[in-house]
Amino acid sequence: MSTDLEALKELGLRMAESTPQTKALGLQFVDVQPAVGILKIPYRADLVGDPDTGVIASGVITTLLDHCCGLAIKSAKLDFSSTATLDLRIDYMRPAEPGQDIFGRAHCYKLTRQIAFVRASAYTTDPDDPVATAQAAFVLSGAPA
Amino acid sequence: MSVITPAERAERLAALLARVPYIRFLGMKAEVSGDEMTAILPFSEHLIGNTQLPALHGGVVGAFMEMTALAQLGLLNEGRLPKTIDVTIDYLRPGRALTTYARADVKKAGRRIASVHVEAWQNERASPVAVLRGHFMMAEDDPA
Repeated sequence: MSTDLEALKELGLRMAESTPQTKALGLQFVDVQPAVGILKIPYRADLVGDPDTGVIASGVITTLLDHCCGLAIKSAKLDFSSTATLDLRIDYMRPAEPGQDIFGRAHCYKLTRQIAFVRASAYTTDPDDPVATAQAAFVLSGAPA
Repeated sequence: MSVITPAERAERLAALLARVPYIRFLGMKAEVSGDEMTAILPFSEHLIGNTQLPALHGGVVGAFMEMTALAQLGLLNEGRLPKTIDVTIDYLRPGRALTTYARADVKKAGRRIASVHVEAWQNERASPVAVLRGHFMMAEDDPA
């Protein structure tokens, strides 16, 4: 099990920076457990969506949560093959405080042969006071689309 | 809604987009023909989320469609961008390393809440890469 966890951490570290878009956003690895992935995006002025308040754009949170879901699925399957997002619903509860890092945590709570079901949330300092929550379904690679 | 000329509308839109840092981060632009706005996301390396295909990051496609809805509503809302309440994104095809376009269809723009559908496509309008449905808060501070 501990070797699995180490492999998962390596996967998480790689995934945080695995794509040009996540690098451009400055996505960072935080933690991974079986079926759970946590990543964060440090606050940056060029990611602001509301210039009057300095609040980060909700679109940044969309990418963060989508990526966390991918990490959660890979850690649930212990398999590094790719997944494709089928649908993603995001509810925005409140603006993220300007200057704060935004964390994303996703849990893959059900895997079938072809589909992964994932819940995720984004928060700043308190996971119980989320900025946004999400529900998503993914097609596993190799499964017919 | 007051009557504005297409030129005024285009100017208002350009000012709206230029003010938002995240729109500049994406590289998103928009054009207005008559009362229809088309949002344009030119392909750029930093938007890639899958290096094997390659394909745009799903989050980028979602964010682009959400921004399209916000910009379209901003045009109706005297240049003020509303706040997103929720979005539901269906991914239909991988977004390839190509220019992406999107149009927003405002199903209802109430005084407080708007309901909007957005479609994003690349080479062919008839083969969308993704669609979005969302609710947006037009005026948060109104007492009613």
